[in-house]
Amino acid sequence: MKICVCLKHVPDTAASIKLAGDAGFEDSEIKFVSNPYDEYGVEEAVSLVEKEGGEVVIVTVGKAAAVTTIRGAMAMGAHRAILVKIDDQFLDSSLTAQALKAAMEQDGLPDMIFTGKGSVDTESFQTQYRLAQSLGMPVVNEVNALSLDNGKVVVEKEAGGGDKQVMEMSLPCVVGATKGLNEPRYPKFPDIMKAKKKKIQEIDLADLGVDGAAGSVVIEKLETVPERSGAKMLQGSVDDQVTELVKILKEDEKVL
Amino acid sequence: MARTGILIETENNEIKDTSLGVLTAAAGQEIYALVLDADPAAVKDKLAEYGADKIIGLKIGSGSPDLAAHALSAAIKEYDLTAMLGTASAEGKDLFARLASLMDQPLVSDCVAVNLDDKIVKKSHFSGKIIANLKVNGPLFLCTIRPNVIEPVAAPASGEILEFIPGVEDPGLVKILEIKKGEGGKIDLTEAPVIVTGGRAIKAAENYKMLEDCASKIGAAVGASRAAVDAGYAPHTMQVGQTGKTVSPKLYIACGVSGAVQHFAGMKTSKVIVAINEDKDAPIFTKCDYGIVGDIFEVVPALTEKL
Ligand SMILES: Cc1cc2nc3c(=O)[nH]c(=O)nc-3n(C[C@H](O)[C@H](O)[C@H](O)COP(=O)(O)OP(=O)(O)OC[C@H]3O[C@@H](n4cnc5c(N)ncnc54)[C@H](O)[C@@H]3O)c2cc1C
Ligand SMILES: Nc1ncnc2c1ncn2[C@@H]1O[C@H](COP(=O)(O)O)[C@@H](O)[C@H]1O
Repeated sequence: MKICVCLKHVPDTAASIKLAGDAGFEDSEIKFVSNPYDEYGVEEAVSLVEKEGGEVVIVTVGKAAAVTTIRGAMAMGAHRAILVKIDDQFLDSSLTAQALKAAMEQDGLPDMIFTGKGSVDTESFQTQYRLAQSLGMPVVNEVNALSLDNGKVVVEKEAGGGDKQVMEMSLPCVVGATKGLNEPRYPKFPDIMKAKKKKIQEIDLADLGVDGAAGSVVIEKLETVPERSGAKMLQGSVDDQVTELVKILKEDEKVL
Repeated sequence: MARTGILIETENNEIKDTSLGVLTAAAGQEIYALVLDADPAAVKDKLAEYGADKIIGLKIGSGSPDLAAHALSAAIKEYDLTAMLGTASAEGKDLFARLASLMDQPLVSDCVAVNLDDKIVKKSHFSGKIIANLKVNGPLFLCTIRPNVIEPVAAPASGEILEFIPGVEDPGLVKILEIKKGEGGKIDLTEAPVIVTGGRAIKAAENYKMLEDCASKIGAAVGASRAAVDAGYAPHTMQVGQTGKTVSPKLYIACGVSGAVQHFAGMKTSKVIVAINEDKDAPIFTKCDYGIVGDIFEVVPALTEKL
């Protein structure tokens, strides 16, 4: 079977983000990684193909620098990749989904598509749904367990309040992965070396017929959230401290 | 003024406070409250009190999440709604993403502020480090709002119930096989107004009882750090942080949590953060609002008593 994994190249969540201009950030000095949730998708796709045969194709929409992230997924076992190149730091979810769809159609539609549950940079939480809708495929997001049997995919996800839902879809389908689905493998040195020789096809966004300037969600301004400057430390005996705390929370902060 | 639909979430025929906050977010607009799974007559008074001009029951019964999206889409078309807001709960985020895809309209998920007149929203980017101001262009404005960021304010309106039959069918793409009930009665972490979290310092699963006692006095939910989850003290469903849940309660009380960036990624937008830690140099004290230096096994029970 052919499985595509949508992999986004994002700043490490531990990196501090310095803004540049109104709607951008300094991206040359900070570390980028694969979107952590997408990695569960890569692992699941690779292990399914190890069992069932086939190939895993990574599809990324991003700047040229995303190649490093793609190589990481290849070291985990993905066979080849398509990088849809954009010049901007952000592309809205509708356009991203259009680009992912066009790239997959050009390459030949897969039997299954994995994404992450959401991106940790823009936290948009929707690209997988738009992709699925445009391809007429079913989608379930935040999947933490999956089994494949006779063309049927049974997935499990957490619902609100601690409940779990078990759902079934037919292939082809889109699965948004989250923690719990598997433990992504650490590539070994020979796999890292092998990954360097795997093929990454680069396509410009415009060549897929997608207009990068046509976004419907536009960033007007990014603002840094001020860090808290340090706690007011409560003093005295344990009893004094908790009494004072409760008073502050009730009377000053009004959160109790 | 935008004719604005609000997706109302209920539990046991009671409107969730988070949905009342969403009604408040649309104050000043012509508000259509859409009730998915409760009897509109049972919730009419409360909806009217918080500003609903019209109330619509969607009456679709149980079905796949796509069915609910189709029903909402039918209501949006029937009543010419130009905006639709909901709660960024697990269900709300999923449903709105399906709705936005179905109608091919822009969506912003998990907003912390909305301006319906200018179609501008604020939301977190980069795990709470940045706030993005986004302009949404399109005939329909869709967004979900982070629980607890908007305090519900009563604003009485007529609350007229409209009869509506969506007339849609389940596309049958996703079939729900089973719903495994959790322990029940627990407040969902992402929607809880107050959270009490235990870190590695909790030392044993049974010690969470101490935090539950504290939490139950103030209607709070109990969370855990990854170190506590990895040590087997708590299930992953309780984990707060980059690889767990993102929460934004009014009050977050961290007990025996050191304050790693990955933990903060999931809770830094909380309104007030309190830390209890025995180490006066613990990093968490540099980035919270109130701190108590002490042993959680002494401080937490004392606090519970005072609540
Ligand atoms: C990719 C990645 C993702 C991650 N995702 C998450 C995530 O989602 N959530 C998360 O929480 N972490 C996450 N982490 C882990 C994170 O880096 C920290 O390791 C973790 O948050 C530490 O948990 P802790 O504060 O409970 O434990 P510790 O760091 O061990 O801190 C325990 C604290 O308790 C104090 N203490 C001990 N005993 C007592 C006592 N009796 N009374 C009072 N205080 C006491 C200590 O002084 C210490 O400060 C992630 C890490 C990585 C690399
Ligand atoms: N630029 C991108 N390139 C590849 N995949 C993406 C991109 N943006 C989003 N995705 C996928 O869609 C999922 C949801 O993203 P989002 O809607 O941005 O939260 C991510 O986890 C990725 O798997």
